[in-house]
Formats: sequence, C-alpha cells, structure tokens
Amino acid sequence: MGHAALIHTYRKDLWWVRPLLVFIALSSFVVYATWAAFQGEYYAAGPYLSPFYSPELFGNSPHSWFGPKPMWWPAPLPFSPALLILWAPGGFRFTCYYYRGAYYKSFWADPPACAVSEPRKTYRGENSFPLILQNVHRYFLYLAVIFVFILLYDAWKAMWFTDALTGEKTFGIGVGTLVLTTNAVLLGIYTFSCHSFRHLVGGFKDKLSETPVRKKVYHCASCLNRRHMNWAWFSLFSVAFADIYVRLVSMGIWTDLRIL
Amino acid sequence: MAHVLFNIWRTTSTGGEFREYKTEITEGMVVLDAVHQIQAEQANDLAVRWNCKAGKCGSCSAEINGKPRLMCMTRMNDLPQDKPIVLQPMKAFPVIRDLVTDVSVNYRIKKRIKKFRPRTPDFPDGTWRIAQEDVDRVQEFRKCIECFLCQDVCHVLREHELHEKFAGPRHMVYTAALEMHPLDVEDRRHQLKHEGGIGFCNITKCCTNVCPEKITITDNAIIPLKERVADRYYDPLMRLFRFFMNKK
Repeated sequence: MGHAALIHTYRKDLWWVRPLLVFIALSSFVVYATWAAFQGEYYAAGPYLSPFYSPELFGNSPHSWFGPKPMWWPAPLPFSPALLILWAPGGFRFTCYYYRGAYYKSFWADPPACAVSEPRKTYRGENSFPLILQNVHRYFLYLAVIFVFILLYDAWKAMWFTDALTGEKTFGIGVGTLVLTTNAVLLGIYTFSCHSFRHLVGGFKDKLSETPVRKKVYHCASCLNRRHMNWAWFSLFSVAFADIYVRLVSMGIWTDLRIL
Repeated sequence: MAHVLFNIWRTTSTGGEFREYKTEITEGMVVLDAVHQIQAEQANDLAVRWNCKAGKCGSCSAEINGKPRLMCMTRMNDLPQDKPIVLQPMKAFPVIRDLVTDVSVNYRIKKRIKKFRPRTPDFPDGTWRIAQEDVDRVQEFRKCIECFLCQDVCHVLREHELHEKFAGPRHMVYTAALEMHPLDVEDRRHQLKHEGGIGFCNITKCCTNVCPEKITITDNAIIPLKERVADRYYDPLMRLFRFFMNKK
C-alpha cells in the first residue's frame, strides 16, 4: 500500500472541496477584516457602529468612549480604533475548537481531510509550543462574553436616531438596526455555544443533578454546542456583513431604510 | 443483477498487492456479503475477520474506497459501482493477512488506563444511589463496540504512528466514561496529559465522522477531557478557584 505522492488517498469522493471552501472563506474574512481594521474611517453611520470597531475606546466618532486618538499613541504606528480591540474576538475565533480543526486541515493539511495522507512526517500537535498555547481559549471566552454585551448595547443604541432639526433622540428601526441586532445575537449564540463555556458552566462536574440551575444552563449550552460549527460560520458572515453595511451607509453608497 | 469489480488487498510473501475480483451483486447486499461471495467462489484463502454481521461486534472494520467503515454496515448500493471498489485493511494497524489487522495494541493501551474507583458506599449495605441524569452523559460512551475505526482514521496514529504517545479516540472515550462517572473519584488528568498525550489531538473530528455508533467522540469526550486537563495545567485562575472551593 506504499505510495510516493505528497498527498495520497484511496477516497473517491470530493474530499478536497470542504477544506478548499474553508480556506477560501477564512482567507477572505482575514483579508477583509485586516483591511477594514486599518481603514480607521467609515465605521460609524448615525446610531450605527461597525462591530469591528466596537467598543470604540478612542476615536473620532460620537461612539468613542474616551475621546479621540490618545496623545501617547506612538506616532510611527498606524492608528485605528479597531486595532485596539480586534485582537480579543480574533483570538477567540483563532483558538476556537471548531476553527482549530478546520484550519489545521485547510491551511496546514494536518491532515488535508480524514483518511488522506499528510505532506510531512513530523507532528507535535497541541502537545508542545506553540500550539499548546491554544489552551488559552477560555480566557478569550471571558473577553468574548464582554464583547457580546457591548454589541447588544450597540444594537440598542442603533434603535435611537437623532433628529436632524431638534437634536432629540427618537426610537426607530432601520435596516442597519436589524443588521446589528442579528449580528449581536448570532455572535452571542456562537459565544455561548463554545466548548469552554459548556465546560465552565457544568461540564467540569460529574453530578449535575445536585445543582438544578447549573444543570439547566449546561443542557442549554450543550444544545447550542451541537451546532457550534454552524454558529461559527453564521456569526463570521454576519460580523463581516455588518461592517460592510455600516461602511457603505457611512460612505453614502447604500441608503439605510427606516422601517419604523 | 450487476457485476461489480473489487480491488482487494492481498498479502504476499513480499508485502502485498491489490487483486481484482468481479462478483455479482444482488439487492440488499452489503460489502461483507460481497467479500464472502468472493471468498466462496474465487478466493478461498482470502482472510477476513467478521462475526455478527449486524454492526455490533466491531470485527469487520476495513477501508472501503479509502474510508474506514464496517463492511457489514456498508450497503453496496451506497457505493459508486462504475469504478472498482477498493477494499483494504485498516492502515493504522499491522496487517496479519489480507483484510485482517492486529489491533492488540489497543488492548494494551486500555489496560494502562486507571480503573474505575467508586466513592465510599452511600449506605451501610455497601450500595450507592446515583441519579439517572448523571449517568446519562456517560451512557453514550458505553455504546462503543471497539471496532477501532476511530483509531484507524486518527491521523496521529494513522500517519504518524504515535501509538505509544497518544492513546487515541477510543481510549479517550473509555477514559471519559470513567472520568465523568458520578461515582468515580479517580483523577486521570495527569495520565491524560502525559501517557494519554491528549494534546496530540488537533480536533479534526475524523473519529466522530467514522464512528458506526454515532458517538460524538470529539465534542463529548475529547474536548471535555481537554478542558479538564486545561483546568489543572493551563488555567491558574481555575486552579485557584478550585483550591478555595475545595473541589476535585
């Protein structure tokens, strides 16, 4: 059964399609997110704030928490509000159990697919540096939970439109409100379907019957966890689309329709 | 009645080779039926291990068109028949003869796993009381039929042959069944990290995909065990929390 090919398999199905699609989708997202993060403009439109830029700790939009770009920011370094915060949700996705399995296959061919040979002989897995650092995932989870609540607050703020004449804020719903709310909900479901979350709320215990509330939360997390892959993709597309939407509205290319 | 071509791996004095066999397929046949037919009509010396023909004994594990599967549970009409069907032994284990492999390494690894150690009995008569909902989680793991398809598809064992460093999915499931049992008080995290080499698993979920019993090996056994190992070895905050809460 020996073979000399770099990658070899007797599989006859289209085993390479899925890793290829994952490669294209993840690469496209990383390229777009990096580009968007470095722009530093067109990330806010009226009550809408791009999720790539939320929370806007320092920046020039009305959404900024602590005012404009700080004086202490080193001049040679490019500044964008997104660069201050994107490492946290980025780290959460990078260390996510689902994405790990997916990008090990698609980017490292480790393995390219199940029962397909690998182009390398040595393997250390997550047993030693650097991949042993993936165990930091739960710390990124703690940060991701905070981000979910911030994005939900952004969705709430996206329901309050400033009247151009009186300056008063009135309740309303635009397409952007729906986009940001959907995004916050999907990111929330993705976050709470996380394997580490499931472990922390009850998975670490052997006797859940002793704590009924914990048991309910664990079962709820387990229920979401069964579709973790789906939530990972839905939320990835929604967060990219939310940024695109706010960006194009901010640039005046798209017009935000008011529903209410 | 269709005639289907098989390419079956046959061991020879110099190693092995694929040999072609053509046989007639009738409605309802599974791959094992076809192999038996070939064995009866064309190759009396073809070695194949089988027993129950019902997907419950885990004996007839092999690779069908490159995918680890049970021969008795793979229906012929689910396979493309315009090209030869490739049948070979499991790649992760040494071949004894033809389609039969030596899976004894799995029994040696299993023996090394710390045994079930129940807490002190709850009642003077030496009995315990446990809630059904607490054992529900480990019931899934007890469905394992030890077909070792998960071990075969795991690239750590299949490609890198790290049998001595990584216990593999089957033994992660076995460990999970013990470690998560509501009566068990043994701590296997040190063993999982070191002898079990749980860090070698990179979550490809191939083991889950091939399991004939549909055990969610990666999500329900391996990742929860990885998290338990992380509790002890990679999470200083959790260790502190557990220390003050005086929990296992």
